[in-house]
Amino acid sequence: MERLVRIEVLPRADEAPTDFPLSDIRALGIQSVRYVKRHPLYFLYGALSDMEVERLSRELLADRIIERAVASDWDAPLAVNPGEQRIEVGLLQGVTDTVADNLVARAYLLGIRGLSAASTAVSYRIASEGALSPEVLQQIADHLLCNQVIEFYALGALPPHIGTPHATAHIRVETVPLRELDDDALLGLSRVRLLSLDLAEMHAVQAYYREAGREPTDVELESIAQTWSEHCVHKTFKGIVEYREETADGTREQRIDSLIKTYLQAATNQINAPWVLSAFVDNAGIIAFDEQFEISFKAETHNHPSALEPFGGANTGVGGVVRDIMGVSARPIANTDVFCFGPLDIPPEDLPAGVLHPRRIYNGVVDGVEDYGNKMGIPTVNGAILFEPGYVANPLVYCGCVGIAPRGLHVSQAQPGDLVVVLGGRTGRDGLHGATFSSIELTDETGETSGGAVQIGNPIVEKMVLDALLVCRDRRLYNAITDCGAGGLSSAVSEMGEATGVEVNLERVPLKYDGLQPWEIWLSEAQERMVIAVSPSNEAAVRQVCEHFSVEMTVIGTFGTRGRLLLKYEDELVADLEMRFLHKGVPRRTLKGVWVERREADPVLTPATSLGEDLLAIMAHPNLRSKEDVVRKYDHEVQGGTFIKPFVGLHLDGPSDGAVIRPLDASESWRGFALGCGINPAYGEIDPHAMAVAAIDEAVRNVVCVGADPAQVAILDNFCWGNPKLPDRMGSLVRACQGCYDGALQFGTPFISGKDSLNNEYLDTVSGQQVAIPPSLLISAIGIVPDVRRSCSMDFKAAGNCLYVVGETRPELGGSYYYRLHGEVGSSVPRAAAQGPAIAAALHKAIAASLVRACHDCSEGGLAAALAEMALAGRLGAQVSLQELPCPPQAAREDAWLLFSESLSRYVVEVAPEHAAAFETAMGDLPWGALGEVTAEARLVIAGLAGNAIDLEVTELVQAFNGHIGGKEQA
Amino acid sequence: MTLARVMILHAPGTNRDRDIALACQMAGGDPEIVHINQLAAGSKSLEAYQMLVVPGGFSYGDDLGAGRLWATDLVHRFRAQLDAFVAAGKPVLGICNGFQTLVKAGYLPGPAPEQRVTLTNNVSAKFECRWVRLRPAANSRSLFTAGMEEDIFCPVAHGEGRLVAPDEAALQALSDKGLVALYYVTEDGASPAGYPANPSGSQSDIAGICNAAGNVMGLMPHPENHIIAQQHPRWTAGASGNRGLVLFSNGVRAAAQFI
Repeated sequence: MERLVRIEVLPRADEAPTDFPLSDIRALGIQSVRYVKRHPLYFLYGALSDMEVERLSRELLADRIIERAVASDWDAPLAVNPGEQRIEVGLLQGVTDTVADNLVARAYLLGIRGLSAASTAVSYRIASEGALSPEVLQQIADHLLCNQVIEFYALGALPPHIGTPHATAHIRVETVPLRELDDDALLGLSRVRLLSLDLAEMHAVQAYYREAGREPTDVELESIAQTWSEHCVHKTFKGIVEYREETADGTREQRIDSLIKTYLQAATNQINAPWVLSAFVDNAGIIAFDEQFEISFKAETHNHPSALEPFGGANTGVGGVVRDIMGVSARPIANTDVFCFGPLDIPPEDLPAGVLHPRRIYNGVVDGVEDYGNKMGIPTVNGAILFEPGYVANPLVYCGCVGIAPRGLHVSQAQPGDLVVVLGGRTGRDGLHGATFSSIELTDETGETSGGAVQIGNPIVEKMVLDALLVCRDRRLYNAITDCGAGGLSSAVSEMGEATGVEVNLERVPLKYDGLQPWEIWLSEAQERMVIAVSPSNEAAVRQVCEHFSVEMTVIGTFGTRGRLLLKYEDELVADLEMRFLHKGVPRRTLKGVWVERREADPVLTPATSLGEDLLAIMAHPNLRSKEDVVRKYDHEVQGGTFIKPFVGLHLDGPSDGAVIRPLDASESWRGFALGCGINPAYGEIDPHAMAVAAIDEAVRNVVCVGADPAQVAILDNFCWGNPKLPDRMGSLVRACQGCYDGALQFGTPFISGKDSLNNEYLDTVSGQQVAIPPSLLISAIGIVPDVRRSCSMDFKAAGNCLYVVGETRPELGGSYYYRLHGEVGSSVPRAAAQGPAIAAALHKAIAASLVRACHDCSEGGLAAALAEMALAGRLGAQVSLQELPCPPQAAREDAWLLFSESLSRYVVEVAPEHAAAFETAMGDLPWGALGEVTAEARLVIAGLAGNAIDLEVTELVQAFNGHIGGKEQA
Repeated sequence: MTLARVMILHAPGTNRDRDIALACQMAGGDPEIVHINQLAAGSKSLEAYQMLVVPGGFSYGDDLGAGRLWATDLVHRFRAQLDAFVAAGKPVLGICNGFQTLVKAGYLPGPAPEQRVTLTNNVSAKFECRWVRLRPAANSRSLFTAGMEEDIFCPVAHGEGRLVAPDEAALQALSDKGLVALYYVTEDGASPAGYPANPSGSQSDIAGICNAAGNVMGLMPHPENHIIAQQHPRWTAGASGNRGLVLFSNGVRAAAQFI
């Protein structure tokens, strides 16, 4: 007889005082909760005997040493301990439940054949002073325990949630009449169907169907909208910009024909580095590593999904960028991540409607990145975390991935007759409209209307697909490969078939559950899927490899239809589109951009605090202080190649400039690569051009500090901006692109890949207030380290060593942390340092010649923060003087800017006395100055123009830097 | 010269198999990564190998608890060959997820298949990646720790590494009987280790245990990630030594007698 059993798994002894951070609950204004304990809950359905239930509990569900399973019929009354209340949270139907899937499969292996379905959930036991009202329980559940995009909850016993609710849906393809629609109706159609197409684009679609003499099907319309989405075709970056710049020198107007061509690709083309193997054309940029291997690098953003479902959004952000690397036939070997959040201490009542609290976003994003990267076995080695009020409604999640592949194995041309093969995960409703969704502004209702746009990750499936694909690659079993990212199969397959045309039978696509409409199958952004083009003669071999790794593979169609996209469902033709129209038919946009120079003078400060107190405050700023408690959640050691780690020094708590990796694949040589990044939105508020130059300078400094050769550094751009249709947003974007061009040419660092995430704005429909994020440009750098045995870390090594500063310090406090500390922004933002590239080259030579014991760049917090970080990392002191600091001759010296100016292209260098002369010779005519020396006494003493400007114990620096960033409370 | 053949078992989600292959190679063994599907299909069989390593990673995504599902593989699909391998005295090493798997399958501390201890959530309730110092127990029966002259310094990377015995007596018996192979000690070599030197809060600072015969050992940390000088987190300051390679060298040496 079939039955439905509920099994709770309880600890034999309650050890932890609470399983959930009470601080989060208190932040909601609920003070009376004493603890929250969570434990797993399972629902089993099938023809199961009591003995079988007992055996499943014992062998699979409960750990006999520390847990006990309590089974009951699902409708038996819930036994609640006195003084406790329950909230139970389950996954919505249709959301992937891999644990349940594994449970059913394992039961079969144990010989229990009657278990036909299962689902998992979590039960929370909540104890408080006096019972909580249902309203308060609901508040806790809504804000903290349950994300209703993917979960549901009950106060008390959860109703079982097993089954396939979509199975009964009727399969049908709609025809969407639009040939006769007027402009308003066209826009209405675009809005109602979440197409995110503007009027000109809707007109182009209308013209196409008028010409064809018929109306589009829903599948066609969705395909066009996806292919033409900002996310997929970068309409803003490829459009025409009418740009006006207003500066002190007057007004300048310029017509720009594609930002990407004019600035980003142009820089790469002009630099023309022979070691760039692929830039801007593939899923990731590719550079030569050595004669044998190539290295690929890509960074993506996953901002909108992370705002709604932080764990899932960040989780699949990592999964997506890893697939980009798999899409260039490479093995992922390092991950990077950069996050921007609202301040963690913002009171909940100050949040705009419908926005998750930054603390919850922070916890979810960190856990999501941890989950995917760690489970894929990819070391996460570089990144940054920023907190600014401008990110409250629109957090940013940048995820990067580096891959390695033998040179010459990556192919990307599907041949007519090749089979369209989909590998990996099954297709469901998850992630519908992700590509178009990312192009709209969030509102307080977005979570409800776009729930389907959030995807759910399963890193293990992706790892299995990776293992299988690498074998297929080495045996040359495919002719083209791409990942299913935004736009799902529609994007992947139609891009692969752009030249040849392609025909796909949608009913062949393996589904998670029945009832998906053909357009949903085509557009779904279900995760962990890759598409390869396989010649029929290799089909059997691919199948064999996939079986070996337990990877599902399905032939869904054929390439070669003379330039048409033909989609069938069973025997019905549901889409018939010209590839040329699909890929080239989108009308170019013309956008207006205006940038007005900021013309305020720098403030005159008369701070009440001492410079030492200021330094400690800067070290403790949420953006600068240690992120160790986050970074240690990431496995940065797996694959055994992390030779310079994220944290270095005596107690391994000094923040490394960059990471150095010697790939396991290339372990026969000592060649490696370094990763670094630069991001500083505060400069962008003054001038986005300066921000871009500074970000490139910083990313280059980071990799040079640890041993990379600046002549072999490639960079990535990631722009996160507001709505480009607003001229001020567009103007600042133009300025930033111009800065990218100038910075890249200055350093000879080609862009090899890039990505933009626009429309990071929030419209509060209640207040009508529209807010854009600060313009945020992330530059990621990858540089070749010719010999990793000569790489370098930033911690002070030995007392008596000489300290130098290389590079010129200028009165550039605009956008600095020093100004911010005193409530100012200023305008003297750091500008390009003409000698930056020569300094980087000379320093690299010195590091490669082993003349340097430690090297650290001056960035946020300036020279003072750099010295402080080196001292705390090595637990050694320094006695230095600002007397010989190279400065412009005309500048009026003041301790404050000498210490805290964030001028570019500066490095603090530690040199053993026996190498001092050689180092000074190596620096030659470049701006450098002797600062002083490293001391055994753990005290940082900086002599200013008159007396000691700073005199601090290293323990004070350690305390300031290592203070917690307000993350999860432990108890 | 024939080298000892080392099977490095791979399940869906295994990820440190290649790291271990390099360690086994450097230790003088002949490693081969074998997918459990090959074992299941019979195209590979344990008896052709002299040493087995069950590596780290997230087998089956840690669904239903770390190592739980892989343990059911071992117990329900490969028990006969694994029992024979263990009974013959051939070396078996479980690292991290491999350790969790061998514990949940009952091979550690053994005899299988009864699970006698467990590895569960760290006291910190989070995944942590940090370097730890491991000291072999003076009475360790493990062939892997035999003759070790210095401590091992290597990283951990796990969220479920806390060893818990069912009661005090069982915990005491582990150390009394020489079934504890490795303890966490502080960076200066002192005991008790305390957090974070014992990153999981493991009972009695236990980092690794073995079976009574000493040929099966498991540990949470990753000795395979400190086999090269530049993997040491302070190599740029001149630090060296305390590598994890010794465990693999001992294993491969013991395996050689079965060639």
